[in-house]
Amino acid sequence: MFKPFIGSAAAGGTKWFLRDVFGIGVILSFACVGFVLFPNNLSLLTRIVGIALLVLSLDLITGHCGVATLGQSAVFGAGAYLAGIAAVRWGINDPLLMIAFGAIGGAIVAALSGVIILRGHGLTQLVLSIAIAQMLQQIANKASAYTGGSDGLAGIDPLPIFGLFVINLWGRATYALAIVLVVLVFIFLRILTRSPFGMLCRGIKDDPVRARAMGASVRGTLLKAYVISGAVAGMGGALTAISTQVVGLDSLSFQLSAQSLVMLVLGGAGTLYGALIGAVSFVLFEDFVSAANPFHWLTIVGALLVAVVLFAPKGLYGEAVALADRMKRDRL
Amino acid sequence: MTALLQVEKLRKSFGGLAVTQDVSITMAAGERVALIGPNGAGKTTFVDLVTGHLRPDSGRLLLCGVDVTKLSPTERVKLRLGRSFQVTRLFLSMTAREHLGLSVMQRCGTAGRMYGHYQDNSQVTEEIDQLLGLLGLNLVADQKVAEIAYGQQRLLEIALALALKPKVLLLDEPAAGVPQNDTQRISAALAALPSDLAVMMIDHDMDLVFRFATRVVVLAAGAIIFDGSPAEVTKDQRVREAYLGSYAHDHNGS
Repeated sequence: MFKPFIGSAAAGGTKWFLRDVFGIGVILSFACVGFVLFPNNLSLLTRIVGIALLVLSLDLITGHCGVATLGQSAVFGAGAYLAGIAAVRWGINDPLLMIAFGAIGGAIVAALSGVIILRGHGLTQLVLSIAIAQMLQQIANKASAYTGGSDGLAGIDPLPIFGLFVINLWGRATYALAIVLVVLVFIFLRILTRSPFGMLCRGIKDDPVRARAMGASVRGTLLKAYVISGAVAGMGGALTAISTQVVGLDSLSFQLSAQSLVMLVLGGAGTLYGALIGAVSFVLFEDFVSAANPFHWLTIVGALLVAVVLFAPKGLYGEAVALADRMKRDRL
Repeated sequence: MTALLQVEKLRKSFGGLAVTQDVSITMAAGERVALIGPNGAGKTTFVDLVTGHLRPDSGRLLLCGVDVTKLSPTERVKLRLGRSFQVTRLFLSMTAREHLGLSVMQRCGTAGRMYGHYQDNSQVTEEIDQLLGLLGLNLVADQKVAEIAYGQQRLLEIALALALKPKVLLLDEPAAGVPQNDTQRISAALAALPSDLAVMMIDHDMDLVFRFATRVVVLAAGAIIFDGSPAEVTKDQRVREAYLGSYAHDHNGS
């Protein structure tokens, strides 16, 4: 599938490819390590993957396109709810179809809200994104006939994957589904961000006026990126719905949006790798600290973040890359 | 000769202040026009009106015979109107090569492609190399733009405008803020511009203007007070009073 992309005679034409193969290898090995270390807690790992998809989607729209948003949970929750509603109300229980519904839900909400959010810039944009997520949460709360309101949408009962792999409390099938999904999304996003479209997005982030002077449609490009981002987050939502078999209002919460941004900053924005690292380390750390010290864990998480922002402003991944570069230069 | 750019009785005022008053200019292929005038004469406003960043109160603008008065800046770019900015506007985290790649692909309509790489297409890479060579940017092509010298950034601005294969090119002070040594490079680059292009340059550097232009248009208080050859402009009494001052004096005296 990658053959046509390796052929470029450009400098480092295959280097990126090897690096991504290595990156995917690392992701898969971490997935295996997780499976071996936490065989009884696969639902936690699946939750991490769901969140990781959300943070990846945020990295696309914020890290690459420079769109300020504190409402990314809107597209995540929309995906979760549409997948849940498809299962509970319409009897569509196939997990892969539910993921597809999640993607569609996220993409539709992104397309509609994107038209509004992308009209603003900076702070206005941020406020619009928050307002839309809050509005959506209220709608989900009131439309309880569909969404279950504040009780949550319960009774999601997914069929076995491909009719073979039963989704049960052990969560092995769901975990496998999650890993396959995140690897595919990751490959797709790496191709996308390397493509001319991805380059145009980065250009718009740097200077929209210059992009316009080149004849590019700034809002059209950003809207496309936002729809793709919405589809990715929506799949994360759907995955979470399949795994937990319930969708709650918290999937549309401001807290989730804010946390996903924190995870992106923690891991490092604009690289996709940082998004994964941020999501995994944040959720694992949160899980570990909240078990070790149930009273002060939020304070500890806060202290960690302050430390990262002060001492590793590029995020964990960004600092690691900078360190590796420095070591390479010293050796030469 | 066909008129590539036709400006008819353009007017624009901000509040009570008329910044552009009945300005009419026609430019043909191959023309090298310098637009000069004292500070506040309305030169940048004129450029913004032509590129579509400002809407005129009245008047008409034709590009290659097409009425573009109501079109957006991007639509005018697609009709082959290129510009450079008075203050460089570049993607600071990208290299010169990437800039040109985007610009060329944008012109070809392939910049929205969601797979592959901009250097996959040999036609695109050849064109990039050609532009880099034309403006002498080969050596810094793969450095981030934030790290290259300001004079080189200005040259890249011109290269970016050329990548769009414009028919009409507006250069807003291409040598502004550039060290004296590098203005040589810029004026060499201007001399090497494709001959079928209609170019209008705004600049305060009179040496550059006189080396470059075959026609000089003088704007003062939003109106054209002179339109003629560089040889005549220094002799024109009104222009001298409005603008040139000591420069004309020096040149006539010598």
